[in-house]
Amino acid sequence: MLENRRFVIIGFFAIVGLIYLARLFYLQVLDESYSIVSSSNSIKRVIEIPFRGQIYDRNGKLIVYNTPVYDLMVTPRKAKVEDTLRFCRVLGIERREFDSLMNVASVYSRNKPSVFLRQLSKEDFASIQDVMVDYSGFQFVKSSLRTYTAPTLANTLGYVSEITKKQLDAQEEPYYRQSDYIGQSGVEKIYENELRGKRGTKFVMQNVAGVYKGPWKGGELDTMAVAGSNLYSGIDLETQQYADSLMGHKVGSVVAIEPSTGQIISMVSAPTYDPNILASRFFSKNYSALVRNPFKPLFNRPVMASYRPGSTFKLIQALVGLQEGVVTPGSGFSHANCPVGCHNHAATTSIALGVTHSCNPYFYHLFRRVIYNNKISNTFKASAAGLEDWHTRVSKFGIGQQLGIDLPSERKGNLPDKKYYDKIYGENAWKFSNIYSISIGEGEILITPLKMANVAAIIANKGYFYTPHVIHGVGDQKKLDPMYTTRRETNVDARHFAPVIEGMIGAIQSGTAKSARIEGITVAGKTGTSQNKKGDDHSIFIGFAPVENPKIAIAVFVENGGFGGQAAAPIAGLIMEKYLTGKVTNKALEKRMMELNLLNKVVLTPEQRAMLKSDTLRKKAPESNSLLKK
Amino acid sequence: MKEKPEGKPITKNVDWVVVLIYLACLAIGWINIYAAVYNPEVNTSMFDLSNNAGKQLMWIGTAAILITCILVIDYKFYETFSFIIYAIVIFLLVVVLFAGSNINGSRSWIKLGAFSLQPAEFSKLAISLAISKYLSDPVISLNRKLKDYYPIIGIIALPALLILLSNETGSMLVFASFAIVLYREGMPGIIPAIGMIAAALLIITLLFVKWYIAGVIVIIAGLVIWLMPVMTRRRGGLWATILVAGVMIGIVFGVDFFMNNVLQKHQRGRIMVLLDPDSDPRGDGWNVIQSKIAIGSGGLTGKGFLEGTQTKFDFVPEQSTDFIFCTVGEEHGFAGTLVVVTLFVLLISRLVILAERQRSRFARVYGYCVAGIIFFHFMVNVGMTIGLMPVIGIPLPFFSYGGSSLWSFSILLFVFLKIDAQRPFTLSRN
Repeated sequence: MLENRRFVIIGFFAIVGLIYLARLFYLQVLDESYSIVSSSNSIKRVIEIPFRGQIYDRNGKLIVYNTPVYDLMVTPRKAKVEDTLRFCRVLGIERREFDSLMNVASVYSRNKPSVFLRQLSKEDFASIQDVMVDYSGFQFVKSSLRTYTAPTLANTLGYVSEITKKQLDAQEEPYYRQSDYIGQSGVEKIYENELRGKRGTKFVMQNVAGVYKGPWKGGELDTMAVAGSNLYSGIDLETQQYADSLMGHKVGSVVAIEPSTGQIISMVSAPTYDPNILASRFFSKNYSALVRNPFKPLFNRPVMASYRPGSTFKLIQALVGLQEGVVTPGSGFSHANCPVGCHNHAATTSIALGVTHSCNPYFYHLFRRVIYNNKISNTFKASAAGLEDWHTRVSKFGIGQQLGIDLPSERKGNLPDKKYYDKIYGENAWKFSNIYSISIGEGEILITPLKMANVAAIIANKGYFYTPHVIHGVGDQKKLDPMYTTRRETNVDARHFAPVIEGMIGAIQSGTAKSARIEGITVAGKTGTSQNKKGDDHSIFIGFAPVENPKIAIAVFVENGGFGGQAAAPIAGLIMEKYLTGKVTNKALEKRMMELNLLNKVVLTPEQRAMLKSDTLRKKAPESNSLLKK
Repeated sequence: MKEKPEGKPITKNVDWVVVLIYLACLAIGWINIYAAVYNPEVNTSMFDLSNNAGKQLMWIGTAAILITCILVIDYKFYETFSFIIYAIVIFLLVVVLFAGSNINGSRSWIKLGAFSLQPAEFSKLAISLAISKYLSDPVISLNRKLKDYYPIIGIIALPALLILLSNETGSMLVFASFAIVLYREGMPGIIPAIGMIAAALLIITLLFVKWYIAGVIVIIAGLVIWLMPVMTRRRGGLWATILVAGVMIGIVFGVDFFMNNVLQKHQRGRIMVLLDPDSDPRGDGWNVIQSKIAIGSGGLTGKGFLEGTQTKFDFVPEQSTDFIFCTVGEEHGFAGTLVVVTLFVLLISRLVILAERQRSRFARVYGYCVAGIIFFHFMVNVGMTIGLMPVIGIPLPFFSYGGSSLWSFSILLFVFLKIDAQRPFTLSRN
């Protein structure tokens, strides 16, 4: 009897064995989920962020590069700070800050390192690394910071900052992660994909405490990080900084273009700021100071600010008139029968003299002929048809549309057409007498400084232009989008430019733009005065030099600067001289322009005035990146 | 009575099936200990004494010496000196209470230089020998006289109490394995059945509402009382059934008391985790979850030798000792675990077969003791790594790292093989 119990016992063993095998088969073969958990347990994807591309000026000078900085990381579990007071003193932080930083890190993870202090400079790193040896659980991780060789070009270059929540959500393919850096404006934004390079991905193994345990599968799935492409710009850093200094204490823009290529030589948005202050660990503090500043230093005026072109627009009117054939170079108009006033000047018996003296009635009559240059007897219908023709011709100059510069947020401005006036007055309810103010660049026309500089380039080229661009080469092969190498025609015959340029030379030599004269170089130019209801008129100048072989075309806009000849023309002349000869002869003018302060003429709202008092930008030096208080 | 053949090798008549399985277990165990402690940064060899694999090899070597001694010593020594061996182990257990080193909260180790010895490991051998010796008296009957159980209870209870005092509960639970041998020797089947039902009730009670369970028990008891006379044409089961049902309901309502007052906090946690590991994934559930991840991620053929990320990077605790089975599962997959489970089932079955062919009751009882102990260790150890048993810190025989455990299992096994080898020369006494 009892012997038979062995079968029960062996049966019991066998059943337990079978149950275990069934369980193991389920766990190991049928249920896949454990493999996934196991991988996520021990295999971590580490992203390696390469250096951003550098940016060079037209002479090969470095404008933007990367400085290695050090992020101080903390692993809360390992962190031992016995002497908190000394620790805080070394790092230049307060006890309260220490506690909150420590708390943030602990909440993230007690075992994994997280950022304690961001972007310590090399100098700070050197000065504190010896002391930090005494504190376990802290380590330095190298990262990089955008650094600018000169405190200029802030708005053109743009800035790089941590990606926003909105951008993070909006990205089509998940490239960026939280706390990644991304170009937020200017060239940094437009060329983000080229500048950022290619990220490396490393698969590493980690143990239960999150400690690095070597590459996974010997690194065979890893990809190397590839540094971002360098950008080559047409900016002349020296001219740029000189233009900056001339535009000090003023609100306005300078845009200088190389007519033969469309490359931007200089682009000033005044007032400006040192781009380095937005590439530091004080980003948010400095950024909000810039946002609060009533003069809106973050507003990229060359491409975003719209003005009435004033008399500078007469150049386009003259060219359109000549091309339409309504005038000849020898056509003359008197001041008679004209609703627009003029100043006292010699008789304008030719196009050239009309330009030289910026004669308002001359262009009133010219524009009238352009508008009525058809056989329609109804003046309303004739005006409409005439405006449409005119609009087509002027559009060819890039007015009223985006030129396509490689900068974000370029404004179209406004070039009124039939539809525009129909909306205001009703169809067939307006005629020339309603719209004549655009004949002299007033009224409804709005343009940006960039577009006016481009007009100067068109005249310098006698009829064509290349789309203005800041960057003319990407990467070692210096690749360039074909849209920047395609010649764009204005369909105005080259022969029509001679009388206009003659008038512009006249304006420099004896007309409204005398203050832009350069010793020994023939300059062509035209001043403009943009009427401003809110305050003093804006001073405008466009021109190019040397006339024989134009190297630089320029537009200068000085807000509240008065007549074109008062501020814009002398500044333009000085910049062109500096660019063409490398020096400036008229030191007295240079000094006067540099010291000219027009900020007090800017009309501000009471709130903006209040902000002005707390404005840190002008009164105090920008917060430096240095950790140690001097 | 017997003739010890002079000049014959000591290995004569030793059961080679068991020896081969034993050697296979040692080899696989040693390789997996190396994998468990393998650190890619500090690449030490399998033979380096600074790591557990190297030390285990040394323990295996010393075990070989022990086995040789066992095979050389006359087989009658074990029967004759069984109570004396028992007495020595009891003495050591008392000594360790006062002079033991405290390792992981249990005062159960005697330090000998760099190595530690755990007397509790040898209590299994001592109890086995003592029970076998006691049961070898042919007048002892387990299915008739209750008083014959008292000495057995005493033999088990004395070391159990001492082990309990040294806070080594896991080793004490192993003594439940003696139920197998007692069952074979005539203990009524109802006793292990009650034990299993009680354990099952404990689990069920923790999962369901007590009143429902009590209701189900009452209904089943009613059915039994109503149907039994019909089915078996027998009466008298009424009171027995009511008694059984009453005891079961008592257990159901006693569970809370047992959980809260008898068990320690960590033991309670381990039982709760068995039911739902995710209830405390970072605490008591950690071992079970990580162990299941390790084994589960092995797949059919495993990640390969030294490629187990779960074990290599310390996600699984106690990898070279109690959780060695995880390394097998992760690096060698279902193929590996199939081999190990099969080896154990074969070994235990073979031991039962060997025990059954013994002529002396002493030898048979001892054989069953060995089979039961190894089986219990296997069941609990492997069961806990796959989430079928609560976490009880007992080693996997021949696999887990550790000198005490390897020595005690080797001695346990080879004493039986020695006795078995002498079987042809032994007269049956019962």
